[in-house]
Amino acid sequence: MGYKAKFRVYRGDGEQGGLENYEVDVNEGEVVLDIIHRLQATQTPDLAVRWNCKAGKCGSCSAEVNGKPRLLCMTRMSTFDENETITVTPMRAFPVIRDLVTNVSFNYTKARQIPAFAPPTDIKAGDYRMQQIDVERSQEFRKCIECFLCQDTCHVVRDHEENKESFAGPRFFIRAAELDMHPLDARTDRKSFAKAEQGLGMCNITKCCTDVCPEHIKITDNAIIPMKERVVDTKYDPVVFIGKILRRKPRETGKI
Amino acid sequence: MTSGTLSPGRARITARTLRTDKYWISPLLTVIGITAWITYATVRVFQQNYYWAAQGGDEAIRYLTPFYSPCISNGCIEGAAEWGTFLPDLWFIPYAALTLPFLFLFRFTCYYYRKAYYRSFWQSPTACAVNEPHKKYSGESRFPLLGQNSHRYFFYIAALISIINTIDAFHSFQSEDGSWGVGVGSIVLTANVILLWAYTASCHSCRHIMGGRLTNFSKHPLRYKGWTFVSKLNGKHQELAWTTLASLVVADFYVMAVAAGWITDFNTF
Ligand code: SF4
Ligand code: SF4
Ligand code: FES
Ligand code: FES
Repeated sequence: MGYKAKFRVYRGDGEQGGLENYEVDVNEGEVVLDIIHRLQATQTPDLAVRWNCKAGKCGSCSAEVNGKPRLLCMTRMSTFDENETITVTPMRAFPVIRDLVTNVSFNYTKARQIPAFAPPTDIKAGDYRMQQIDVERSQEFRKCIECFLCQDTCHVVRDHEENKESFAGPRFFIRAAELDMHPLDARTDRKSFAKAEQGLGMCNITKCCTDVCPEHIKITDNAIIPMKERVVDTKYDPVVFIGKILRRKPRETGKI
Repeated sequence: MTSGTLSPGRARITARTLRTDKYWISPLLTVIGITAWITYATVRVFQQNYYWAAQGGDEAIRYLTPFYSPCISNGCIEGAAEWGTFLPDLWFIPYAALTLPFLFLFRFTCYYYRKAYYRSFWQSPTACAVNEPHKKYSGESRFPLLGQNSHRYFFYIAALISIINTIDAFHSFQSEDGSWGVGVGSIVLTANVILLWAYTASCHSCRHIMGGRLTNFSKHPLRYKGWTFVSKLNGKHQELAWTTLASLVVADFYVMAVAAGWITDFNTF
């Protein structure tokens, strides 16, 4: 059941560019990425798009379809009306290299800032043991494919370029939570790092990251809010604070 | 404009959003819902009347609306004031002035309501991938929003207040002379209390205290069970937040209607 679809695609870079109109053939069962490829093959051989797996697993084809951050390869054409104009733009929170391809190095900078997994020093490598129930919370966050759609949709940086300096973003809050909840991570400063270096307090838990995550990771409920609560434990909880003074322990709680 | 989504280097698209769906409906409904509820609650709380439904000369039924519980003003009707009265009876002091501010703050600092009012009233953001109107943004990292971190304390207090509501519901099954019975009002008040407990227990802070703060669940099997249970409820926190707003109004309206004599309570007393 083929038909001709109306497409509006961003052409240009970060200096100049705009939305251009095309009419492209669509066949049954196709996804938006197929249509972009058909555009390349038939009308615009120089249209730039980043992709790899076409299976929703590599996280390369992130863009915005009708204004919503999405994976091009996981957005079915059958979800649109046949006579609706479909707008495809690059992610609007990052600089554009060309057309649909953005420069996502902001995310790699933030990734490098997080202290790596630190195994306990008193257990020999090879002797590490952990129970499934202890590690399952961290495992949810390992599903992340680093598509950075959550980073793209987060208004803290999307709408405020200046916050990129002090805000790491949802993808790296789940990394912080993954390590802080990990039974074998020996570091105890993950909470203060999240607050002071990652800008956890800037997130206002409005859940857009959760809404767009193609891996359905419950970013806000399972990582951000638990991390905020953990920070409350160490920074704002007067009961804990008084207890610590009485017991003369450092304010940062260790692993329990 | 050279900020926000038009910051240097980003796609040269001026549209505030390219979304084609009706993304504004949900924030609009939130504003309407919350404004309507606050209006109703304010009127009722300052009305200082029709809060205690005692029908029949011998006060067979004893229904106290949650908006006046505990009734601690000198103006409270005797039967309604179970915990003693010590607040002066002035028009601007609600009869349950001891607890209402905490219940308000409990909901005001609730993670779900925060999301709801940031998105709707404060438009930060209006909806996902829709540019927010604010020039500057620091989220909850500074005063006054830093105060949202106190949610946990309001959770503790709210749990204590839920006990008082539970006692009220319990008394709705007992008449003044101590005999037991059941009325439509007892059922309405009990349903409301069950929902209030579900909302309170589904709180994110509760989930954290219950077990979320642990690293090794395997060393704390009981708390792991508790955490698993609270996590299930927590998944329904948004629904419970709205259902309890509704159940509070239903319970209050029912008591008002009986107290004012608009309807008769069916009961076995
Ligand atoms: S919940 Fe927080 S991190 Fe996620 S999109 Fe919203 S502000 Fe950003
Ligand atoms: S958390 Fe989800 S949305 Fe964010 S980068 Fe990972 S997979 Fe993508
Ligand atoms: S091409 Fe790999 S996720 Fe779309
Ligand atoms: S009551 Fe909503 S999160 Fe605590």
